[in-house]
Amino acid sequence: MTELTETRVLLEFPVEGGNFPAAGEAASKVKKTLQKLGIDSNLTRRVSIATYEAEMNIVIHADYGKITLQVDPDGIWIRAEDRGKGIPDISQAMIEGFSTAPERVREMGFGAGMGLPNIKKCADLLEISSKLNIGTTVAMGFYYPTAKRESGQSKPN
Amino acid sequence: MKLREVQKLLKAKTLTGEGLLDQLEVKMICGSDLISDVLTFTKEKSLLLTGLTNPQIIRTAEMIDLCGIVFVRGKTPSDEVVSMAAERSLPLLVTDLPLYESCGLLYNAGLQGCSGLQINCRG
Repeated sequence: MTELTETRVLLEFPVEGGNFPAAGEAASKVKKTLQKLGIDSNLTRRVSIATYEAEMNIVIHADYGKITLQVDPDGIWIRAEDRGKGIPDISQAMIEGFSTAPERVREMGFGAGMGLPNIKKCADLLEISSKLNIGTTVAMGFYYPTAKRESGQSKPN
Repeated sequence: MKLREVQKLLKAKTLTGEGLLDQLEVKMICGSDLISDVLTFTKEKSLLLTGLTNPQIIRTAEMIDLCGIVFVRGKTPSDEVVSMAAERSLPLLVTDLPLYESCGLLYNAGLQGCSGLQINCRG
């Protein structure tokens, strides 16, 4: 794996609500960026899955949003921000099987209520904030395999 | 087991990736029609058996590093989906067999599922 010292990658990818054909492009670009940087393949896979889940949530539920990737010596940070209806009850949304996805989304194989629980499973740090009819921010942090995990470390803004 | 052997067992047609069938080794199988479950439970380099043919299944394969997809029940994806897979060097097969029978044949041939559970049901 490449040792990151001062190198810092900061990339932003727009995500359009309802645009299913393009859904996954941001996560795909995140994955390719991490592969180019030589990041550990298991870590890359965890970041990719979590980013894809977060991107699908924006496409399914929000009007528009963006995904930000930050790679620095401390870890990999993904921030998925959207403008939309927001999440009325975050603790309910974290329960496996709970979903408010419409029928047409379920027909595509999504909407099983596994998105946020799966993000939690993949990420080392997760913070979700939401305001009704304004939007949602999902911030995730991923440590490098060799990095020491310190509890309480906060994510970048 | 090579992907070629899977193709023969399931009497499957190759939609793309013919040149990779003799190279790729299948270690585990996942059978599901729920992308959410595939993203949660499937191990990398697995072969996915599914009835879903929309573009998101290719995106999903890309994210979790699948070694290929077999579409069951004779479901054939659009040319656009096949092109997406070709760009990613992801082999696509299609079999007329249903999901349960396809999984049963491959399980009987010694391929395990992604849970890692080993059940001795072959007597």
